[in-house]
Amino acid sequence: MAILDDFFWRALVAGVGVAAVAGLLGCFVVWRRMAYFGDALAHGALLGVALGFALRLEVNLAILLVFLAFALVLTALQSQQRLATDTLLGILSHSALALGLVAISFQERLRTDLMGVLFGDILAVSRADLVWIYGGGALVVTVTLALWPKLVAFTVHEELARAEGAPVGLLRLVLMLLVACAILVAMKIIGILLITALLVIPAAAARAFARTPEQMAALAVVIGCLAVLGGLWGSLTWDTPSGPAVVLAAAVLFCLTLGSGRLVHFLRARRRAARAARREASGR
Amino acid sequence: MPEVRMSAAAEGGNALLEVRGVTVTRAGRDLIHGVHLRVAPGEIVTLIGPNGAGKTTLVRVALGIVRPSAGAVWRRPGLRVGYAPQRLHIDPTLPLTVRRFLTLSPAARRGLVRPILEEVGALHLESSMLTDLSGGEFQRVLMARAMVGDPQLLILDEPVQGVDVAGQVELYDLIAQIRRNHGCGVLLISHDLHLVMSATDRVVCLNHHVCCTGRPASVVRDPAYLELFGPRTAAGLAVYPHAAGHDHRHGDPPEPPAT
Repeated sequence: MAILDDFFWRALVAGVGVAAVAGLLGCFVVWRRMAYFGDALAHGALLGVALGFALRLEVNLAILLVFLAFALVLTALQSQQRLATDTLLGILSHSALALGLVAISFQERLRTDLMGVLFGDILAVSRADLVWIYGGGALVVTVTLALWPKLVAFTVHEELARAEGAPVGLLRLVLMLLVACAILVAMKIIGILLITALLVIPAAAARAFARTPEQMAALAVVIGCLAVLGGLWGSLTWDTPSGPAVVLAAAVLFCLTLGSGRLVHFLRARRRAARAARREASGR
Repeated sequence: MPEVRMSAAAEGGNALLEVRGVTVTRAGRDLIHGVHLRVAPGEIVTLIGPNGAGKTTLVRVALGIVRPSAGAVWRRPGLRVGYAPQRLHIDPTLPLTVRRFLTLSPAARRGLVRPILEEVGALHLESSMLTDLSGGEFQRVLMARAMVGDPQLLILDEPVQGVDVAGQVELYDLIAQIRRNHGCGVLLISHDLHLVMSATDRVVCLNHHVCCTGRPASVVRDPAYLELFGPRTAAGLAVYPHAAGHDHRHGDPPEPPAT
């Protein structure tokens, strides 16, 4: 497609794809309080980048390997039950980040790219990146939607889901992997330091208007897309790194929904009260 | 070993669920030991016992969530079970209407959502948010959720928690009514001793093992029961048969001791 020859359109298409993936998975990150987990994984990604360069591996593959090791170590550490998960994540997350930074400092060429890795560079998206984002993204979205009822049910109440025959342990693992893949897909654009924001903020903003999990996910995708558009525009206008611009746009949207969410709530409550009054009047 | 007595309703065979001599051991301690339990169609069985007696463990065994360390669990093949857990906390970050909550059950039959909500008296709440419900409303919705797959066996873990006394009486009436309308077996868990008795065919008193079992009126006078709950609670409980207009003359045929 000729339109994809232009870096701006490539950035736009990539951004929308990333927002869709992040919005969908972001809901689970918010519901299941996985924000810190996402952060820790993203930090681990830096180690993956360094490893990929050092070992001449495909970078995305190296990151995946780091994520896998991360999940295994975390699960092993969790079984000792003396330290809470957030403490363990704090240890893992920052050890991985530090190790990644040290490893990168040994590599001349990578050092210059560090800003891009940390903060993302949406305007440098290549066609290969697009294939990666849409291929990986389609996989993540397909699996998430296929498992949607099960994932939501076990998020609402694990014990109840287990009683209803859901394989809770497996679902938890699958969700971790999905979040990991979402991070991998979105990394190029947002950068590893800010990626959790794109998972958390659109979903949090969507909460104000949603009455069902499905509404919240759909709204999170829309808000994520708006944030990407806003951020892209800001990044072009003021020549800032794209990641921070997108996150700032998302934050602004969140603040707006905070106010209007309250308004919606107020209007709904008033409508309910009016209905109740009518019912009472007609009942007499 | 505790001897297990069956009520007349359960003796005809044809049980929905049977727990046979089940022991669950965790960290070297028996949470429950050698427990028998049996629920027949149309029967309301109530599990009572002090906190930490293993009531919820036994329910989790019955549900198949916990594997027994010894003993066996038998379920009628293809048995449909509806379950309402205790203290269900719904995270406010997850928006859920009552309707969506009901349809989340994999066993849910869409056509049953409204009739069931109507039956439990919660139809007007269909599009309300779960987080906006009062304690009593929430328990009704929870019961509806357990019913929405048209179960043959209903398992309710402390179904009147967080509800005032008047509301508790209503909920127990509702459970009795559901049993009448649907003919399902009901396994109730409660540490509430007073109100639960009225809606029960059989009481199983659990303190890691089955202390005593039988019809409510006989369990109340069982020495094992009196020992477990102490004379104070038992005295309070003894008021109950009067309140229900029960015949309480002396000279009832004595029940054989359970242990």
